[in-house]
Amino acid sequence: MPLAGLLLDLLEGLCVSAEIFALTLLFALPLGLVVAFGRMSRWWALRQVSRVFVSVMRGTPLMLQLFFFYFGPYYIFGIPLKPSYRFAACIIAFSLNYSAYFAEIYRAGIESIPAGQHEAAKMLGFTRPQTFFRIVLPQVVKRILPPVTNEVITLVKDTSLAFTLSVMEMFTVAKMAASAHTTMLPFVVAGAFYYVFNYLVAWGMERIEKMLSYYR
Amino acid sequence: MEEILRVKDLRKSFGDNEVLHGVSFSLHRGDVLAVIGPSGGGKSTLLRCVTNLEPVSAGSIRIAGEDLVSGGAYAPRAVQRRICLRIGLVFQNFNLFPHFSVLRNVTEAQRVVLGRSREHAAAHAMDLLDKMGLSAKADAYPCELSGGQQQRVSIARALALDPEVLFFDEPTSALDPELTGEILKVIRGLAEEKMTMVIVTHEMAFARDVSDRVLFLDGGVVAEEGPPAEVFGAPNNERTREFLRRFAG
Repeated sequence: MPLAGLLLDLLEGLCVSAEIFALTLLFALPLGLVVAFGRMSRWWALRQVSRVFVSVMRGTPLMLQLFFFYFGPYYIFGIPLKPSYRFAACIIAFSLNYSAYFAEIYRAGIESIPAGQHEAAKMLGFTRPQTFFRIVLPQVVKRILPPVTNEVITLVKDTSLAFTLSVMEMFTVAKMAASAHTTMLPFVVAGAFYYVFNYLVAWGMERIEKMLSYYR
Repeated sequence: MEEILRVKDLRKSFGDNEVLHGVSFSLHRGDVLAVIGPSGGGKSTLLRCVTNLEPVSAGSIRIAGEDLVSGGAYAPRAVQRRICLRIGLVFQNFNLFPHFSVLRNVTEAQRVVLGRSREHAAAHAMDLLDKMGLSAKADAYPCELSGGQQQRVSIARALALDPEVLFFDEPTSALDPELTGEILKVIRGLAEEKMTMVIVTHEMAFARDVSDRVLFLDGGVVAEEGPPAEVFGAPNNERTREFLRRFAG
């Protein structure tokens, strides 16, 4: 098989993988903060809703969730399935799933900030939102970078699960090419691409950690 | 002199455990009140209640002519915040903001809370840091400073908002013995400038030296109150005598 054609196909797939990756982070990172706030809310009902959400999202397979959000509208509401909805369903499932993991990382980070920081801010007259965004959150970001890096690296590899909805991301492309040409080569090349992708992610996160190492 | 702080029948319970059983005292502008007493006597709890970090169970606190809490009922949130802007607190563990430089620790609240301009806030902060002997450390981060330096920054941070009363919660307890001197010197300097202060401390010699009045708190009640010469020289209360004897060695 022509190597150049394979590389081009895989790179095209890689772009879709990167799109899933970027959109998931775009939605899941802020959504995780909302869920974390819910987990720490003063209101019992909100705490319970967030707790159940996190529990279900972490307790069931992402692949099952992908099917649920893709087929759900048809089976539950009778809305006809459109192929164009595949990508959207994929982003919804990934974003909700990852927001649950991010929420728990945020919560742990927020709760690890000593009470003295809140008290000092209160004594200086900061409002609660000012305290959170100026005093607490910057310190939380520094503390949670290592676990967030873990999740982000896992996400790069998890994008291959979009294969189950036949989204044309890199793994789907690799599998099609492998079957068509009865060769392992597409998997090897795709594996190399995933590795390089993650190498760059890890490098970038390490840079950010270094940037924030000016204080303890 | 004008009365700036009045605490009346203050009670505080944690669950079923009442740790302050009706504490009353008052403070006049320009005075320094030292709060002494054995550990677990309620000193820190009293300070946390008066600075509004901990809600009281009953009683009244009046600061600069405004009721923070009256008969156990708190003023509305906005009023509480306004009243508390008139007081400052220096913590035992400094509680500096580690992600801000020394200068920004002292300017942030001026800018965000009081809305001062960057130049005004920085000039005021540099004055205070200079007074604390730390102007050379303005660009350093708290983790680069010694405990004594961090505590001086936290004093500057509290002073930056021009509080009318400054509270100290055992300001030297987290410091190595050789570093306590520099903090006591700073507080003494503030006393000479007639800064109104309430100091919870275990430094008996210092309390005697710097304060105008001493409050001896034991078992959640004021066991003794008066000028330092009286409390230290001729204590009426047996518990006070016993406590001071132990410190005298």
